[in-house]
Amino acid sequence: MSDMAENNRAVIKLREKFASSILDVKEFRGEVTVTVKKEDIVAICNFLKQDQRYNLLTDVTAVDYLGAEPRFMVVYNLYSIPNKDRLRVKAPVADGDCTIDTVCGVWSTANWLEREVYDLMGITFNNHPDLRRILMTDDWVGHPLRKDYPLQGPDREPYKGRLS
Amino acid sequence: MGVDQPLGDNIVTASLDGLVNWARKSSIWPMTFGLACCAIEMMAAGAAKHDLDRFGIIFRASPRQSDCIIIAGTVTKKMLPVIKTVYEQMPEPKWVIAMGACACSGGVFDTYSVVQGIDEALPVDVYVPGCPPRPEALLYGIMKLQEKIGKERNTFGSAIGLGERLEPAA
Repeated sequence: MSDMAENNRAVIKLREKFASSILDVKEFRGEVTVTVKKEDIVAICNFLKQDQRYNLLTDVTAVDYLGAEPRFMVVYNLYSIPNKDRLRVKAPVADGDCTIDTVCGVWSTANWLEREVYDLMGITFNNHPDLRRILMTDDWVGHPLRKDYPLQGPDREPYKGRLS
Repeated sequence: MGVDQPLGDNIVTASLDGLVNWARKSSIWPMTFGLACCAIEMMAAGAAKHDLDRFGIIFRASPRQSDCIIIAGTVTKKMLPVIKTVYEQMPEPKWVIAMGACACSGGVFDTYSVVQGIDEALPVDVYVPGCPPRPEALLYGIMKLQEKIGKERNTFGSAIGLGERLEPAA
């Protein structure tokens, strides 16, 4: 844990208010990442938006660490337009309970971003107003960006390289 | 006389084919429909330097007025129903040109979301390889299509109820 991360204004405030929910704080090349428990994601996001002025949700995405536990990490990239400051918030989601609460009530833009994560990663967002697929067709089976999804689709013999 | 005469001993039928095929191949009206970077080359082929107009090729903005569709780019599985609908809306006779590696075979996009060649869905007449093909390559492909149209036998006659359509000997 570097000083830069610990001296970050938002990190200091988060440590005061949500001490028990913070799992990790990291700084890499000037980017600060806070990993939090998924149960508190809405409260933390609300605090970051209302009190720390992170008023722009740049992106919501997810990472599939297949084989690791917990398997997924939902990633929120935040930007504060008044403070010109970025913050990354991550929340681990287990394969068995593949859900996390929606932050649509905090930033409206989360609506489509969370639909994309649901579509491609298969993570369900509780209380989302309109959780439908957004990129794949409505009748698509499976979530293509998961690491165990076959690259060439489930109905094809996988390509093993031209020399095999 | 060494000329195919499907309607019997009538010299006019042979020249009807000639007339119809000449008219068709000299006024190919492709559907304005681009899917990816190949569409940029298709536009370049239509623009001043290469000038498809001199072949009578005029891009139409409606499938109802088109008799050719150039599949110019990557066909995703999500786009396929749209292309099928556009193709079905085109009146007969109609031809398909698969332009570029993606339309021919899926190209580098060997993935779950991409159709591995438009010939899985539409009857392709001419394949133009390249990634993307230069305008000259598309021009060559269109001229090959003109050759193919020129070889059709009694397609017009069969359409108006005069005899069968004959398949040209390669």
